[in-house]
Order: sequence, then structure tokens, then C-alpha cells
Amino acid sequence: MKPNDVILQSVTKVTVIIIFTFSVYLFLNGHHHPGGGFIGGLSTAAAIVLLFLAFDIEKVRENFQIDFKKLAALGVLIAIGTGFTGMLAGDPFLTQYFNDKNLPIFGKTELATALIFDTGVALAVIGTAVSIILSISEGDSLWKR
Amino acid sequence: MKLLGGCRLNSLHMLIFIPFVFAMAIPLLYKLFHPKIHLGWFVLLIPLVIFLDLLRYIPLVANGDHLTTSLAWLPSMEMNLDFYLDGLALLFGLLISGMGVLVIIYSIFYLSKHREELHKFYMYLMMFMGAMLGLVLSDNIFILYGFWELTSISSFLLIAFWYERKSSRDGAMKSLLITVFGGLCMFAGMIMLTLITDTYSIREMILNVEFVQAHKLFIPVIICILLGAFTKSAQFPFSIWLPGAMEAPTPVSAYLHSATMVKAGIYLVARFTPVFGGSSVWFWLVSGIGIITLLYGSITAVRQTDLKALLAYSTISQLGLIMSLLGIGSLTFYFGPSEHGVTYSMAIFAAIFHLFNHSMFKGSLFMVVGIIDHETGTRDIRRLGGLMQLMPVSFTVALIGGFSMAGLPPFNGFLSKEMFFKAVNDVRVAEIFHLETLGMLFPLLAWIASIFTFVYSMILVFKTFSGKYRQEKLNRDVHEAPFGMFIPSVILAFFVVVIFFFPNVFSKYLLKPAFVAILPMFTIDKVDIKISAWHGWNTELLMTIGVVIMGSLLFITVKRWVPLLKQYPQWLTLNNLFEKSLEKVERYSLTITNRYMTGSIRHYFIYIFSFFVIVLAGSLLLLHGIQFDVSEDNVICIYDMGLVLGVMIAALTVLFTSNRMTAIVALSVVGYLVTMFFVIFRAPDLALTQMVVETVTTVLFLLCFYHLPKLQKNIGRIKFKLTNLIVSVATGLTITILALSSNSHKLFEPISYFFENAYELAGAKNIVNAILVDFRGFDTMLEISVLCIAGLGVYTLARFRMKGSDHNEAE
Repeated sequence: MKPNDVILQSVTKVTVIIIFTFSVYLFLNGHHHPGGGFIGGLSTAAAIVLLFLAFDIEKVRENFQIDFKKLAALGVLIAIGTGFTGMLAGDPFLTQYFNDKNLPIFGKTELATALIFDTGVALAVIGTAVSIILSISEGDSLWKR
Repeated sequence: MKLLGGCRLNSLHMLIFIPFVFAMAIPLLYKLFHPKIHLGWFVLLIPLVIFLDLLRYIPLVANGDHLTTSLAWLPSMEMNLDFYLDGLALLFGLLISGMGVLVIIYSIFYLSKHREELHKFYMYLMMFMGAMLGLVLSDNIFILYGFWELTSISSFLLIAFWYERKSSRDGAMKSLLITVFGGLCMFAGMIMLTLITDTYSIREMILNVEFVQAHKLFIPVIICILLGAFTKSAQFPFSIWLPGAMEAPTPVSAYLHSATMVKAGIYLVARFTPVFGGSSVWFWLVSGIGIITLLYGSITAVRQTDLKALLAYSTISQLGLIMSLLGIGSLTFYFGPSEHGVTYSMAIFAAIFHLFNHSMFKGSLFMVVGIIDHETGTRDIRRLGGLMQLMPVSFTVALIGGFSMAGLPPFNGFLSKEMFFKAVNDVRVAEIFHLETLGMLFPLLAWIASIFTFVYSMILVFKTFSGKYRQEKLNRDVHEAPFGMFIPSVILAFFVVVIFFFPNVFSKYLLKPAFVAILPMFTIDKVDIKISAWHGWNTELLMTIGVVIMGSLLFITVKRWVPLLKQYPQWLTLNNLFEKSLEKVERYSLTITNRYMTGSIRHYFIYIFSFFVIVLAGSLLLLHGIQFDVSEDNVICIYDMGLVLGVMIAALTVLFTSNRMTAIVALSVVGYLVTMFFVIFRAPDLALTQMVVETVTTVLFLLCFYHLPKLQKNIGRIKFKLTNLIVSVATGLTITILALSSNSHKLFEPISYFFENAYELAGAKNIVNAILVDFRGFDTMLEISVLCIAGLGVYTLARFRMKGSDHNEAE
């Protein structure tokens, strides 16, 4: 697939940034407002997929030199790992904690261990979604040859 | 009874874990020392330590005390590592570790450090030792089962140690199939037993005996548990795996397949005698099968020409002897501690004594046969003979072991054989369970079997060591084995003699505690058992004299009548039956599997959805779950109507379009319209997720688009279409009814308390997120694991297909 669509590519360059920003917003906002790790991760994946569609796969690969399979595994490991932190304190597996702290710039902010867990979720979702699409489309290009 | 605490508590656990832990260190040792030092010298330490440690408990156990230890494993399911050391467990523990020491010394000289994969051998052996110790020490019935299967697996690995040989692989497979079949039956029996007694502890089961014996599952439980014991201890007709197991290296045969593992079934029967003893079913099954096995094994052993096969059948026969003694001893529970009961309890004592003796003489005989094999290169009796002058030490050991096996004085086998004759003679006077008529069979069969036992023992000793030495049939010069190789067998032979002269020492410290462990109605200080070699001119002695006379006659004329035994048709043997049925089972199961595993995704979908419909719709109907209650439903407004209409049109478009592109777009329309529902019902999280998922899947569809064949309508026959229609309509209806009904039921406490208090409980204002990461965090964790695995699956599949295509191109 070698798309040569100038309009799509120009629009994508701008929208991708918006989508990425929005994804981060969704992700961080999840504890109190709509959003969270799953949606945040999925919309990030959607942005990357958009890049694949608009540009060449090889080009995107050059710019994202990440092994998305490993990213997915890392996410799962983070999520499981946070489960054990509670056990160190003697609480059941996967106990989450939260506390309000006064941070220098943000003011009174709630810090929750759930955010780390959510990071794991987000990474797993990004990694899986992108690696599925990558492997299918790569298979596709080889198939065509 | 006394419970000990403190550091001693843990030592019992340590005993079992040490072999397993050491097994993990073996590859490291192998790497460090491999060609320099034989690995066996390191491994030797483990059974030695265990043996010495167990010796410490002898005084404690000889006083009639026992030791219990517990280590919490899964306390919520009452699965704990409860270990229990009484006389029976200690006797087995000492046998396992003591024989372990001797066998490992033997293996150091038997297995070449240059040719064999020693690290594997010793790892399996350590695994076996740990499992066997765990088996005899476990009090929790399911832990016992776990160790039981582990011994089967390690035995499988050890039999297949020389896996390049087909016969080794076949023997290993046969033993695994039979013992695991029995193990699974036993597992079923154990589950039933725990249902009856409501406990996992064997000791507590013994306290609930009346309860068990009156239960309607009593006979199925007995049959299932005995299937486990009989397959493991190679009782007729499951005995066929043991001769096949002789393909293992000789140290393994001496250790697993004569001294320890095959006695696990005996151990189990002994352990459960207090639970089942006293019933006629138990008595007839255990003693009947035992005596048949005794006869079958001894007659079959006579016609063997391979020394190891002869020993294998002899082991089968001796195991049958011990089994039948346990069956006779179970009558004690019928009579209680009365005069009659004491008479039958002697059978239990004889069983323990013979088990102990058998390990000694059979172990030494196996080692001698291994030496002969090692030195002459053959185990075939027809090629051997006249080795007496060349291998004097081996001859002495074989003579002692063989005469002990035949039941001659002054060797330990004589003592237990006499007790066996006494027990079978006592059976006649029981006057219960039809024994007044059938009881005569016991002494008769036992006597015939003993004659054949005498004959094969003589064949073993004299056909190999006396007669003419035939150099031309052997390919090498024969000389005595190295010193280290015959040391273990000499030690065993030494014990064979010592036990004959001082039986009461062993009886006091080892056998009596084991006896009391099986028969809890006797206490150790009240039991007065004296073993004596001379007990007057009684029936037993006359029987033995008869055995010697008849046996000698038969041995002299052996060449005349053995060919008659060999006339038995090959196709009628148990082995043939086993192989034929195995072949059949494989063929039929392949046919059945091929019938439904068609490789067509359509078919698989039909199975999945049909099953889904049958289970869900079936349970809805059976449990009267269909119920529509619209009283609490929301008012339906015009938007909803429009959306539903839109979804329906889009869905129908997917069905009836002839263009794949249109179908994909219509499918996305369905998805986006569902998103609108979430918006209307104020579920922003769901709406967002649905929207992004829809987008990504559409892209995926477009990617796969290239691979799909052109959409063809009207393929297939009417029958095919009708099946699809029925399955899809049924699935849709089930889902609809289920969704509507679930809205109308209130079966459980509402959990809205959590959602209302999400901020206090989880510090989150967004309850959806609180559910995902906090309240139901476990679900999320497993979901992303599944997602990750699915992703890897897709990756692998895509790669595989590419590889496949490359391969095709290369061709």
C-alpha cells in the first residue's frame, strides 16, 4: 500500500497531534471524568493507525522504533506488578491507595496508585491494538509481493 | 499420641522438599564437574541424609507415638501440606531412602559417566524419591494423589531413559497409560470418599468408619480406590506394564519396580484397611486378586528366558502375595480385637514383614542380574551358564537372594513365607463371607504358587551360575564386577541373612509400629509378636517341605514341561489385548475427531452458537427465568425509535448487500448508532470507548479486505442456508430474551453501594473508572492479559502464514 494522498497526509499531520493530546487528557482525566487507561490507550492506538493509513508503514516504523508486542507485555506486567504493592503492606492483592497532596504547581492534587495500574492498561491496549494491525498489514504487503 | 512442635516440625517437610530442590541443582553440578566426577557421588548425599534423619524417629515411633506437621498451602480450600509419620510411613520412608542409597552407589558403577545423560537420570530419580516420600507421608488425601501421579510420571521418564530404543518408549508409554488410568480412577474414588466423610484427612476418615461402610457409595469407592492400588502394584490383570518397565536401566528396576514404587499400591491398601476392612467386598477383592496375581506371576515367570523378565513376573507374584495377606488381615476389622481378630491380624504383620523382606532379596537379585548383564552383555538364560567360578561373589548373592525368594531357611524369606502359609490356613476357619466352602482355595492356590516360585528361583540361580560355561555364546571375557558394583547387593544379602537370625529386633523397631499403624485397635505395648524360625511340626512346615520336594522334581524335569506353557497362544495374552484395544481406541477417536474438526470456521461457529443457545436457552426454560417486567422501564421517545430503526436498516443491509465494502460500512453504521444510545443514556465512557473501538475495527476490516475472496451470494444448498438461519435466529432470540429477562429479575443484593460511595472508597468521581481500576481491578488485569495474548496470537498467525507462503514459493 503506497498511498499518495496529499490532502489526507496534510490533515493527518495536524489531527494526529490533536488526537495524541486528547488521548493524554482522556488518560489523566479518567479518575474523575470520562476517560481512563482503556480509552486513552485505544485513542492513541487509533492515532497511530491513522498514521499508518495516511503514510507508508515503513515511514511510520522508522519514527516509532518501538516493539509494540513488548509494549503490550510491559503493560500487563505493570498492571500485575501494582497488584503486589498492596500485598507488601499486608493488604489483599490489587488493593489501590489514594491520597491528596499539595504539589508545587498543580496545587491540591489527588495521587492514586490506580493511575499506575491504568498506565499498564493503556500500554497493553496500545501495544496489542497496534501490533495486531501491524502484523496483519505487514503480512498483507508480503502477501501481495 | 503426641504432637511435637518447633524445629522438628519443619524437618519432615524438609525431607520431602530436599530431593526436589536438589534436583534443580543437578544441572549446575553437571556443568561444573561433569567429566571429572561421576554425578552419582553428589546425589548419594541426599538419600543418605534422609535415611539418617529418619533413623532419629525410630525410638519415637517404636513407642507408639507419631509425628504430625502441617504447612498451610491453600488454607481456604483446606488443602494443606499435612504430613504424618507413623510406623507404616517410617518403614516405607526408610525403605525408600535406604534402597535409594544402595541403588545410587550401584548406579555410579552401572551407568557410564561418558556415555549416559546422567544429569537427566539423577533429576528424574530425585523427583521420584521426593514424590515417593511425599506419598507415604501425606495425610491429606489429595496431596497424596498429587505425589502418586508424580511417581507415575517420574517412572515414565526413567523407563524411557534410553529413549532411542523403541521398546523403552513402548514400555514407558504402557506403564504411564495403565498407572495413570488407575490413578484417575483412584482420584474419583477419593472425591467420593471426601464427599462421604467430609474431610480430606486420612486419619479423620478412619474415625468415621461406620459412616463410610453404611454409605451407598461404599462399593464404588472401594472399586475406584482399588483400581488405583492394583494398577500401581501391577496386580492381575494390570500387571502387563511391569515386564515392559524392565526396559529401564537396572538401578531403576531395582529401585522403582521392585522395592518402592510398585509397593505404593500396597501402601495405599494398608493405609485404607482401617476404613474399608471388615467388609466382604474389600476382603474378596484384595485377597482374591492378590492370590490370582500370585499364581499368575509365578507360573508366567517360569517360562521367561530373560532374567529381568523373570524377576519382573516374580515381583508381580510377590506383590500379589503381600496383597492377599492384607486382604486376609482385613478380617481383623470384622472380628475386632477378639481371639479371632488377633489370629487374622497376624496376616497384616506377615504382609509388612514380607514387604520388608521382598525389598531386600529382590533388590539384591536385580543388582546381580544387572551385574551379569553388565559383564556378559546378555540376560538370556539360554546363553548363560557356569558363571559360578568366574563370578563367585555374584553367585553367593544370587544364591542368598534366590533361596530367600523360594522361602528356604536360613534366609528371611522363609520366615515370612511360613507366616503366609499360616495366614492362608487360618482363612478356612473364618466361617464368614462363604469362606467355609471357598476358603479351601487359599491354601491350595498359595501352595501351587509357592512351588512355581521355588522353581523359578532355582532357574534364576542354577541356570545362570551352574552348568557349562559357554564362551562361544558370549562376545567377551567374563570376570567379576568392580568392587563398588557388588557392594550394595552384598549389603542387601547380608541383611537377608541377619533378619533370619534376629527377626525380633527388626520387628520391635520397624514392623510392630507399622502393624499398629494399620490396626489402630491394638496398642504397641499389648502386641506380643515373636517371630521364630522353628515352630514345631505344623501344617506350614509340612507345606514348605512339600514345596521343596515338588519344586525340585519340577525343576529337574523343567525342560519337559516348560514347552507346554509356551504353547499358550500369543493372541490370547493380556498384552495382545492391551495393544489391540489401544490401536482400536486410537483409530476410533481419530475418526470421531475428524468428523467434527473439519477445519471450516463456519462449522466451528455453528458448534459454538448451538452450544451457547442450548445451554443458555435451556437453563432459562428449565429455571423459569423468562420474565418481562416493563414497569420500571424508561419512557421510549422518538430519538430511540429513530435510532433503533437505523440500526435495523444497517443490519439488514449487511445481510443483503452483494458488495463487501458496503457490508463493512453498514456494520460500522450499526456500531456508531449504538454509540448514540450510550450518549442518550448518558454513559460518556462507554460512548467514547465504543466509538474508538469502532474506528479501529473498521480499519482492521479494511486491511483484511484484500485477503477475502469476492463476496459470493447464493452459495451452498438450501440445507446449509437453513442451518445458518436456524442457528442465527436462535442465537439472536436467546440474547434478546436474556437481556430483557435479566432486567426483570432481582436475584442478588444490589452492589450500587460501591458506586454511590466511589469517591470515599476509591477516591474517584468517575465510577466507571473506579470499577475498572479498583473495585473490579482483577477483571481488568485478566482482560488485558487476554488482550495481550490474543494480540500475540494474531501476530503468530500472520507470521506463520507468511512463512507458509514463502515455503510454497521456494517449492
